[in-house]
Amino acid sequence: MRMTTDMGETTHKAVAWLMLAGLALSLVMAGFISYYASSSPDGLESVAESEGFIDSAQDSATVGSPLSDYGLVNVTDERLSVGLAGVIGVAITFIVALGLFYLLTVGKRRKPASDSIQESSGG
Amino acid sequence: MHIPDGFLDAQVSVVAGVVAVAGIAVCLRGSRRTLDERTAPLAGLVAVFIFAAQMLNFPVGAGTSGHLIGAALAAILVGPYAGALAVTVVLTVQALFFADGGLTALGLNIVNMALIASVVAWFAFRAVVKTLGRTKPTVLFAAWLAGLLSVLGAVSGFMVEFAFGGTTAISLSSVTAAMFSVHVVIGIIEGVITALVVWAVASVRPDLVTGLRDIEQPQRSSTQQPEGATA
Repeated sequence: MRMTTDMGETTHKAVAWLMLAGLALSLVMAGFISYYASSSPDGLESVAESEGFIDSAQDSATVGSPLSDYGLVNVTDERLSVGLAGVIGVAITFIVALGLFYLLTVGKRRKPASDSIQESSGG
Repeated sequence: MHIPDGFLDAQVSVVAGVVAVAGIAVCLRGSRRTLDERTAPLAGLVAVFIFAAQMLNFPVGAGTSGHLIGAALAAILVGPYAGALAVTVVLTVQALFFADGGLTALGLNIVNMALIASVVAWFAFRAVVKTLGRTKPTVLFAAWLAGLLSVLGAVSGFMVEFAFGGTTAISLSSVTAAMFSVHVVIGIIEGVITALVVWAVASVRPDLVTGLRDIEQPQRSSTQQPEGATA
């Protein structure tokens, strides 16, 4: 039933490689490099400070959550705390995004008609 | 650029929430039409990469940092509909789990960083590549410009929202000048990262770059046989 061959083995392989490489890179970025990121206020925050409206900011309702502010709760080592939060964030985003985009293409497994000319003659 | 709760009043936040929901609905329909089984996993990967990249704040000037928004990258790689959805997923995960960006401000953040930024980036990229022709330098330049303009588009969205619903009575022109001067720098870096990643993907699998779809590469030579001309 699954039409894995109609889009070519090489494309499958390329997508799989791209996925693996991209996922590995994202894990390294969120899990390791994130510790070295600048902790200065971002553009909007910094403008809010200099222009004098930073005090209007309120804590988000989720500020007490276990991953709040990119640190895993109860982990005192800062490198570990931000790294674990990053890896968990990558995992959550991966599941939600892949799930969403998979659901969007369910029941729509064929490529556009212009790309599957040979297939239609083959039945 | 994540707006926290409290910067903007309830009315503007609600209006932005409604616009965000409508925009997401359009993007869901558009994604269903444009994604296939090759590009759907790529769209998921784009979201993951943006989440990771947004953790990496880089310094811009004294005491200020910036990070990738990623909407330009997402739009160029998987199209504006799926791109905007990918950024929306990231913003929602950040607001729900990481207290990054307010909950009542989620609609505002989606409008600015997912919807406006993706649309601006898509049209900028396509217009430049179509106008200048599809060569490596023009694709790089188009991606860079799309990245820069996507950030400035998001800032423009914020300024409109702030003009109508800012909770602090302060000089609008002063905030506008400060916002744009900081975010021009952030946008230039956004453009550089966008160009690098688009170039990396395009050199491996140009057919997977939605923004290059239906734009033919110019023929190297009209007298030569085209077959086998490019690897």
